Amino acid sequence: MAKRTLRVGYPGNYREIEVDSPDAEPAPWDADSKLAVVGKRSPRLEGADKVTGKAKYTADVKLQGMLVARVLRSPYARATARSIGLAKALKMPGVKAAIEVEKEARYHGQAIAAVAAETEAQAEDAVAAIEVDWAVGEHVVDVEAARKPNAPRVHGGKNPNERGGEAQNTATEEACVTALKKSHATVDITFTTPVVTHSCLESHGSVARWESDGSLTVWDSTQSIFGVRDGLARGFQLPAEKVRVVKEHMGGGFGSKLGMGQHSMIAARLAREAKAPVKLMLTRKEEHLAGGNRPSSVQRVRAGADKDGKLTCLWLQSHGTGGINGGANCAGPLMSLYNCPVRRLWHADVITNASPAAAFRAPGHVQGMFALESTMDELAGKLGLDPIEFRKRNDQNEMRQAEYGEGAKMAGWEARAHLPNSGGRHKARGLGVSASIWGGGGAPGAQARCVISRDGAVEIQCGTQDIGTGTRTIIAMIAAEELGLKPEQVLVKLGDTTLPFSHGSGGSMTAPSVTPAVRAATAAARGRVFEACAKSLKADADNLTAKGGNVVAKGGASIPWAEACSKIAGANVSEQATRAQNFRGYKDGTAGCQFAEVEVDLETGHVQVLRVVAVHDCGRVVNPLLAESQINGGIIQGLSYALLEQRILDDATGRMMNANFSDYRIAGPKEIPEISVVLFDVSNGRTNTGVMGIGEPPIVPTPAAIANAVAHAIGKRITDLPITPDKILAALGKK
Amino acid sequence: MKNGEQRIEFTLNGDKTSVTFPTFKTLLEVLREELNLTGTKHGCELGECGACAVLVDGKPVLSCLMLAVEADGTKVTTVEGLADDARLHPLQEAFADCGAAQCGYCTPGFLCTAKALLDKKPDANRREISEALAGNICRCTGYIQIFEAVEQAAAKMAVKK
Ligand code: FES
Ligand code: FES
Repeated sequence: MAKRTLRVGYPGNYREIEVDSPDAEPAPWDADSKLAVVGKRSPRLEGADKVTGKAKYTADVKLQGMLVARVLRSPYARATARSIGLAKALKMPGVKAAIEVEKEARYHGQAIAAVAAETEAQAEDAVAAIEVDWAVGEHVVDVEAARKPNAPRVHGGKNPNERGGEAQNTATEEACVTALKKSHATVDITFTTPVVTHSCLESHGSVARWESDGSLTVWDSTQSIFGVRDGLARGFQLPAEKVRVVKEHMGGGFGSKLGMGQHSMIAARLAREAKAPVKLMLTRKEEHLAGGNRPSSVQRVRAGADKDGKLTCLWLQSHGTGGINGGANCAGPLMSLYNCPVRRLWHADVITNASPAAAFRAPGHVQGMFALESTMDELAGKLGLDPIEFRKRNDQNEMRQAEYGEGAKMAGWEARAHLPNSGGRHKARGLGVSASIWGGGGAPGAQARCVISRDGAVEIQCGTQDIGTGTRTIIAMIAAEELGLKPEQVLVKLGDTTLPFSHGSGGSMTAPSVTPAVRAATAAARGRVFEACAKSLKADADNLTAKGGNVVAKGGASIPWAEACSKIAGANVSEQATRAQNFRGYKDGTAGCQFAEVEVDLETGHVQVLRVVAVHDCGRVVNPLLAESQINGGIIQGLSYALLEQRILDDATGRMMNANFSDYRIAGPKEIPEISVVLFDVSNGRTNTGVMGIGEPPIVPTPAAIANAVAHAIGKRITDLPITPDKILAALGKK
Repeated sequence: MKNGEQRIEFTLNGDKTSVTFPTFKTLLEVLREELNLTGTKHGCELGECGACAVLVDGKPVLSCLMLAVEADGTKVTTVEGLADDARLHPLQEAFADCGAAQCGYCTPGFLCTAKALLDKKPDANRREISEALAGNICRCTGYIQIFEAVEQAAAKMAVKK
């Protein structure tokens, strides 16, 4: 390990720290690093492919002799298939394979059987011909009904539907009661949030092909090629090297495509039966029914503050459902954001006959932040304190403190008092704020290889995946920076498990995990080029740098990059590096805050979000164009969650009533506010690049900021998401 | 031609094309499956997401809702036909430059719909743009960069004229 001194912090607030970084790695970038490529707005490298239709998604893969698969799904929320008759289906025209998947159906939409046929229409007909002898059981889909002692047991026997209890190291109820009694102001509010689906535009799907040597190749719309590989290897009891997973482009994931999905297994099983490649893409309906979702929540928050505006107690009692499994805990923000001497959490996951939840962009935090930050506004109101002032008194994070200042200026916070009456007749305006909190520091273990050829060509190989966020471009920028080249001069190979290992793309982990490995590998390969060309420059390899497309010696002599590479003995140099542990740098976690301005139509109850100001930090910003894109997208998903989205299950049948895009509405072009993004560039000294993730932080505060803005506008608080017109009118006493 | 099949002739991305397909197929299916033009995407196949939008005689059409037989004798333009030989259409250039294509899956539909708008109304303002694109869903970008791209393309096209 080498001791290095780094300047860390953010503009206007820097300090020096010493970190231990691996000897083999280049010196970490810090606040003083002058970078030529990193930090610049740079369009996606694959932009041209995406705008011409050339970009290939899993849905577009077409192989010789490929069959199409369709899945029979349970029409019941709870039923047992006494028998599954495939014989008739197998005799249908074009059908090449049919398999049983599962006999116990515990939710509407659970996969029961599947067929592969020459065409989609044939596969659909064959699915309709599968004969199932159903024994329909009792179901429960309502979260409160499922908690009742006499509710049907979702997992049978004596297994309770409710699993939960007190968190560890949590304050006792008595301590909370005492703290609340002594408080100057208290609130006790119950917040509820719905189940929502990821609704990626490209559905989940796989194309599976068995090779003649018994190995398996799968194209998959996934956030984790290695996760799918390992899942399939386990499923078929194959060594991992016998499974190859490929994903070039994908149409969104948002957490629902982390890890292997059942469809991948089904496609591969059918392909083995049929001895032909099989494609299985889920339909939009299947996507809603079985593609994953964000769990619901019921959060009772009891909180208090003293007369100085310091929190005295935060007490969360919550439950929620992620269907047949899946945790619904959403206490993250309440347990970590503010200083508070007495904190208590009791939570239960409630099991219902509904499809299983999946990670969804900032799991738990979106629900939790809505409850916490609504509570903070209510408390501020009772204390007669400005909501930002109240937050600042309880928040130790110096970055967020600075971010509030910046955001408040842009959002016009001082003029806030006049807003409610400024909307004209029948309209009311409001301005709300919320904090954001997330990790996103990345993880060790990601690998990258840099290959530099004699002709000067540079290739980075890394088994990560670009899920639309721009990973390809970021990798090229990091390598280009190291080599003094342009990003488009770097060929990035990713999305294939034959490349060096990388983690799944979730948790805002990709950029912070991958970039340090890319930089280290590139620096090592560059070192080899320097050694090869040092003689021609009559310099020591240690005294060379690469910039502006040249290799430059200390004295000023230089040769073009390609010429330097021509001195390589052999075809190329190749160096691989593995991402090290995070150093103990300046700061872990990211901060942020958002402001939302809304206009509420008092006659119709319609809420239009007019403007969002978003202030976030994510360590070193590699590419502001991509970072802003993540922030815009996160805000709009948050807006959609706050105002529109909810999965509706019918209690009586247990079926989803809105498994499409007209009844399950997500935000479209007409719901879009003006968005102003401020990116805090933070030097954090935690890796050799100092990059952190920004995928999740921007969705965390949006629903809370909108809810606070609505409460400001109409003087009534909606505690139940989504904030639909009927709830506004009811709150105004008009319904 | 087998029983239950149809043959149509139409102009596809400027080329006279004839294709034979099972009669029940939608234009989307024929483009993607018979003609291998996979640039046009499917997000719902129910007319609810706009991913499948193409231009039929210059008008934006959801190809998942149109039977391919109805395309007989028409002029169809897909995302693959927007560029002029190797030169990208200003909308394509702007979508790439502005980061309007994140995962890119919705992009072909947005491009075709936006082209129909700018052909008719080259100076469309933001309200008109969001109105015209109202049937297209994007789950990634938050739409802002899509609006900016359409505006940038419109400005560029105005200068060229
Ligand atoms: S696929 Fe045609 S509108 Fe969605
Ligand atoms: S860019 Fe992914 S859906 Fe629009």
